[in-house]
Amino acid sequence: MPADDHATTRPADTLTSAVVRFAGDSGDGMQLAGTQFTDTSAILGNDVATLPDYPAEIRAPAGTVAGVSGFQINFAAQQIFTPGDQVNALVAMNPAAFKAHIDDVEPGGTVIVNDTEFSKTNLKKAGYPTPDGSKEPYNPLDDEAYNLKYKILRVPITKLNQEALKDSGMSPKDVNRCKNMYALGLVYWLYDRPLDTTIRHLTEVFAEKKGRPEVADANIAALKAGYFMGETAELFPVRYRVAPAPIQPGKYRKVTGNEALAMGLVTAAELAKKKLHYCTYPITPASDILHYLAPQKHFGVRTFQAEDEIAAVCAAIGVGFAGQLGVTGTSGPGLALKGEAIGLAVMTELPLVIIDVQRGGPSTGLPTKTEQSDLWQALLGRNGDCPTVVIAPQSPADCFRGAIEACRIALTRMVPVLLLTDGYIANGSEPWRVPKASELEPIEVRHTTANRDRDGAGDASHFLPYTRDANLTRPWAVPGNPGTEHRLGGLEKQNNTGSVSYDPANHQLMTRIRAEKVARVVDLVPDLDVHGDPDGGDLLVLGWGGPFGSIRTAVDQARAEGRSVSAAHLRYLNPMPKNLGDVLKRFDRVLIPELNNGQLRLLIRGRYLCDARGLNKIQGKPFLIEEIAQAIDLMLSGDWGDAEALYPQAGGVDVNAQALGV
Amino acid sequence: MPDTPLPTLKAKDFATDQDVRWCPGCGDYAILMAVQRVCAKIGATRENTVFVSGIGCSSRFPYYMDTYGFHSIHGRAPGFVTGIKIANPDLDVWMVTGDGDGLSIGGNHLMHLLRRNVNVNALLFNNRIYGLTKGQYSPTSEPGKKTKSSPMGSLDFPINPLSLAIAAEASFVARATDKDRILVEVLERAAAHRGASFVEVYQNCNIFNDGAFDFATGKDVREDNVLYLNHGKPMIYGKDSDKGIRLVGCRPEVVTLGEGGVSEDDLLFHDETNKTMAMMLAGLHHPAFPEPMGVLYREERPTYEDQLHAQLGVAVEKRGAGDLDALFNAGDTYEVA
Ligand code: SF4
Repeated sequence: MPADDHATTRPADTLTSAVVRFAGDSGDGMQLAGTQFTDTSAILGNDVATLPDYPAEIRAPAGTVAGVSGFQINFAAQQIFTPGDQVNALVAMNPAAFKAHIDDVEPGGTVIVNDTEFSKTNLKKAGYPTPDGSKEPYNPLDDEAYNLKYKILRVPITKLNQEALKDSGMSPKDVNRCKNMYALGLVYWLYDRPLDTTIRHLTEVFAEKKGRPEVADANIAALKAGYFMGETAELFPVRYRVAPAPIQPGKYRKVTGNEALAMGLVTAAELAKKKLHYCTYPITPASDILHYLAPQKHFGVRTFQAEDEIAAVCAAIGVGFAGQLGVTGTSGPGLALKGEAIGLAVMTELPLVIIDVQRGGPSTGLPTKTEQSDLWQALLGRNGDCPTVVIAPQSPADCFRGAIEACRIALTRMVPVLLLTDGYIANGSEPWRVPKASELEPIEVRHTTANRDRDGAGDASHFLPYTRDANLTRPWAVPGNPGTEHRLGGLEKQNNTGSVSYDPANHQLMTRIRAEKVARVVDLVPDLDVHGDPDGGDLLVLGWGGPFGSIRTAVDQARAEGRSVSAAHLRYLNPMPKNLGDVLKRFDRVLIPELNNGQLRLLIRGRYLCDARGLNKIQGKPFLIEEIAQAIDLMLSGDWGDAEALYPQAGGVDVNAQALGV
Repeated sequence: MPDTPLPTLKAKDFATDQDVRWCPGCGDYAILMAVQRVCAKIGATRENTVFVSGIGCSSRFPYYMDTYGFHSIHGRAPGFVTGIKIANPDLDVWMVTGDGDGLSIGGNHLMHLLRRNVNVNALLFNNRIYGLTKGQYSPTSEPGKKTKSSPMGSLDFPINPLSLAIAAEASFVARATDKDRILVEVLERAAAHRGASFVEVYQNCNIFNDGAFDFATGKDVREDNVLYLNHGKPMIYGKDSDKGIRLVGCRPEVVTLGEGGVSEDDLLFHDETNKTMAMMLAGLHHPAFPEPMGVLYREERPTYEDQLHAQLGVAVEKRGAGDLDALFNAGDTYEVA
């Protein structure tokens, strides 16, 4: 159903971008509504970026703020890099959702509330107080302050949905589960989107896969009812249009970071003519990689759900020893458990890829929230001098490339590689330009087949597992191959022979070799690209990982105002690009925004003697563009002061509000 | 395959040139010799054989086998062998662990290796002490044991490796001592078994726990303290083969043949496929009972890696071999002109 079939007489405002957030109880289907809105917008040709927000508890009490689930979409007629700072339109399916999200809506923004759910009980569950002397709890929808600040539209979604489906023959409970589609239909109308993508999806999932066509029909009926309600009820004074974005031509598909990463792993294995073995233990927010890979068995992908994090990494190392591609995936707490085994992979110089989808820490921390606080753990968190390569993709789609690079380096350089993503990248989504398999560069893996040529008598010359090529890579000899039998282990190895050695000079040599071997991977690391003024300027904003989009957008805004600000983004944290030191010297000041307490900052200051300052947000949430913009202002105006780091709060950066206040 | 027949390797062909670093007199030497003999007997090749261990005295084992080997980290050998077998099910994989490595720090992994039925031979050298760290009590030390870390006696109640293995659904459970005449035979049967074979070996640590198993290995006393199990045969033991095990109700009881009219027919007959009997046997302890040696339990069950590879085959049958372009284009794609 093209949108034009329902052309309306009401005016349409053309926007360059819009941010919509769906929020409701975790059982309200907000993630589905959000992903459907994203798919539809991507297919329309918008650039899109999304941010899902799940409650930490699977079964938080219904109707409470702890149980609210949200999904934000930024869709635009131009290139965008983030899910957006402020919400232009919020859908709040109950009072708790309203309470949790209303402060993120821009003044004058549209708020569609499911009026049916603003009952006495639900208002109480959401924690709204009952004023003294009143029997009724406070209802924010009646509050003049909110009505002045926002365009609040009270739609009895639950009731209207029931009405629309009264002849569906479904149980009241099943009918009620369609109300997310009713809300989605309404928002589709508001932003002039077609329904066909969602109708196709509902048919596929319910009618074809689950064999319940009546559920598909009911959901589609609810979707259409919501859409027509927007059309006929004259709720909205205007509707909005967001034109397609000028994106590089080609075929696209929307991917989340975890999905892109999983596809990258499958691809790397094919490029290397190896079988992917993904050995893991379920952990938020990394589990979706396992869920995505488990059905890829026709690629020969073996997934092993181990009994714990340690067994998972050990199995992956065993896979590497046996000559295949071993990958383990986890989040911060799991990486801590894997540390000793990663040390063994470093010592035995076997290929291994470790994925850490970072979340808020320490300890169990904030499992469903994003953070970048495992950088030190990835680089330094093991006993002994224990270097690995560390790569951090910068966006959801970039996880595809990151996974292939990680596997390529591990397999060709015989070295463990850590791939650091985060909850924001993992669950966020963006358009991904679909590559052609034939255009991807193969991964050339070499196995030693050197035969020590003996007759079974047993004492001919030995295979030497710790000899090295120019990259200091040792040969990969695999069980099953006659003549290269050898023993590996965690005890220090003698160079060349690989025999156990307690020799002091050898230990120093081997420690330096292990470091140098990782350092020489720098040949595969592209030079750091400066976005803005490559020859230098007043300020460089240096980032890594997930904040790429917010940094880029804030820097572009500042540049549009004529400021001398540039951005650079580190995808390789170890080894760092060769030209990083030079780049840093070309700028008067350096700002490092990170979602942690200053981990990259310490490394940059320590290694390059550079007075880098930090913008450190540790709230389990990605940066707002506005926060980085304010930090740029402070750096350029000289109002930053002497602080090594500033912490944003309440959406801004205030140099005078930095005290701990305890 | 070469046309000429492969040379058959002898036990000594499996020895490496590394100096063996166990203490002189350690029970590990005898086990090493037995394993090398078994490798020769079953016609193993160096290239297809892998020895994997954790940390501890016993875990030095791979260095002394001229095969592929992996001396891994403490307690985690089960993870490594599982990865190796998934990647290449054709390899003959042996896992060597000890009472500390396999039952203390790595207890969890051992349990899962056994229940998954990964086709490996897991040998647990039980010396009831921590050797490598110089003599602290282990999870199999007897209660009250005085060691450097338990000067007034250990408070830990010991774990029984065989009961643990059976409870963890091991498909092959056996025991022998380091000096046992049946050690080679037990190891050979473990190697022949398709699935996770668990073999406990009573191993003397002559430095920190000398004589712990004298009752089961001493020339003069052994026959009276050990029950050699033979499938389908009555449970008879003793220097004069005059003692036996009979069941009264659900309880085992030691009887003397001929006394009180007890004949062979009154005794229990060993059935390697009876898990309840195996559990009962695992619970027989010296000195009240003779300790059983040999195969307590076996069952045929598909291995983990066979099932995993079968699923891979089914997936290819159903969907065709994986095609990257199909993967990339799955889901909703759209063209931007
Ligand atoms: S300490 Fe005990 S177990 Fe270890 S090598 Fe010496 S005798 Fe053998």
